[in-house]
Amino acid sequence: MILQVKGVSKWFGGLEAVSNVTLDLPEGEILGLIGPNGAGKTTLFNVINGIYPPESGTVTFRGQDITAKKPYRLAKMGMARTHQIVQPLNELSVEENVMVGACYGREDHSLTSAAEISKEVLDFVDLSEKAELLAASLNVAQKKRLELARALASRPHLLLLDEVLAGLNHAEITAMLNTIGEVRDQGVTIIMIEHVMHAVMNISDRIIVIDYGKQIAEGTPNEVSRDPKVIEAYLGDPKLAEQLAQSSD
Amino acid sequence: MKPLRNPGLWLALAFTAAVGAWPAITQSPSSREVTFTILMAVGLASSLNILLGYAGYVSFGHIVFFGLGGYVGIYLVGVLNLPFFVAMILAGLSSGLLAFLLGKALLRLRGAYFALATIGINEVARAFINNFEPFGGPIGITLNFQIYNNYGGAATALWMTYGTLVVVTLIVLFISYMVKSSKFGLALMAIRENENAAEVMGVVTPNAKTWAYVLSAVFPGMIGAIFFFKNGHIEPHDAFRLHMSIEWIVMVMLGGFGTVLGPLIGAAAYQRLRGLLLVSSLFKNIQLAVAGALLLLIILFVPAGVVGWLRHRFTKLRRVLI
Repeated sequence: MILQVKGVSKWFGGLEAVSNVTLDLPEGEILGLIGPNGAGKTTLFNVINGIYPPESGTVTFRGQDITAKKPYRLAKMGMARTHQIVQPLNELSVEENVMVGACYGREDHSLTSAAEISKEVLDFVDLSEKAELLAASLNVAQKKRLELARALASRPHLLLLDEVLAGLNHAEITAMLNTIGEVRDQGVTIIMIEHVMHAVMNISDRIIVIDYGKQIAEGTPNEVSRDPKVIEAYLGDPKLAEQLAQSSD
Repeated sequence: MKPLRNPGLWLALAFTAAVGAWPAITQSPSSREVTFTILMAVGLASSLNILLGYAGYVSFGHIVFFGLGGYVGIYLVGVLNLPFFVAMILAGLSSGLLAFLLGKALLRLRGAYFALATIGINEVARAFINNFEPFGGPIGITLNFQIYNNYGGAATALWMTYGTLVVVTLIVLFISYMVKSSKFGLALMAIRENENAAEVMGVVTPNAKTWAYVLSAVFPGMIGAIFFFKNGHIEPHDAFRLHMSIEWIVMVMLGGFGTVLGPLIGAAAYQRLRGLLLVSSLFKNIQLAVAGALLLLIILFVPAGVVGWLRHRFTKLRRVLI
């Protein structure tokens, strides 16, 4: 198991944003994390990633207890993430953004080799013609790809993708899914939070459904989409329930 | 790209060296005094820029490192009879040490909270020195005039301090450039742009910020030692003038924060302007108000400063406009 989350809970004042979540992630898998808006998916990412310490529970990454370890320690251990709300380093060039990932990620590169990695990764996510531009000048779809490029440049073992498909059009989604598939084929384990149902159902090996901070279902995409609890959770959101029903066909 | 092959760096260093050499060539003490204040401002603004411009942390109390350096320098030379150069180095190191300790505590704060805390440090330092007997309390320390005889008499000592300042200023500019074009500089700029994202990407932000703070404090400490050794006297009121810190910020913002050339140009321009204002009957009492108005105008209309604006306007010149 590359990642083990055991009984993790996170409170914000009186709100239990993540409630006693347990999950095991074998190496090389793509795990889809779905659930209605505000279910606590991003909070769970933030706990795994060391941004918030959990109130209870433990997180183990590659055999080491990483509960409440700082994000920069985890980056060096091989955990990388993208943000739901993109966080570009605006006044730095696209290339420099990616170089930060390469320089300070798992492999601790010099500027020269970071520039090479940056070139290679930007090529991979199809942003190489923007390398010299300031990150601020990119559009949302490009910023999402920049997030992915920065994460990949750190050569992670585990990649946390927080809604990389949101705001992308159909062609962009297909391109991004291909890219994610290739990343997995390179041996990177992935957890992805996603609302684009057909996409996450297609690409994930396994799905975990979270609602009101609680894990309500777990299984293959097929099993999960037929789970009555899941359908009930999504009934509050008829559009998503409909997508869920379609994607299982 | 090899960082040391950048023509912008060598042009800046050559220009500064030429300006520094001019009073020596003409043997003019008055132009030496003018150039002294300009180079001092360049050195101080460039040091502050490492923290303010690269890492994006505003320090209003940076004068504390200048004042402490001055006290340590004058104490070591005047009371312990150490040679001036040793005293200057130790003054720089003391300021660096203070920054290290303060950084460990204060750099947990972000944005306006850090800026406010730095003002507090300056006031605490002044109050402390005011009551610290070894440093002469409110009276301060005055160097015995005989000390200058060790350096060939007062006139020669003035030229020596000037020469030392020229060299220190060149070193500050060089280090500022080396930081900017290094991996460490990239981490600082990542922190400036988005500290949370930098952390997630693996930048060990507490360490990077602390070292930036230390580096930006060492040279003001050395320059403080040079200035007060030349002055022959130091007292709390002179050593910890808060408005000088603010003037450094104006210089950095005027020239362009986060660039190597910006503080150089900003400091030189601001000191020239200040020199003109001080001799004008209309402005001599309100020169600080002019500094304030200038800062306001820069932030409103040219937030990137002169060099930032030029970089934006002439993209081809970016390689030289470092």
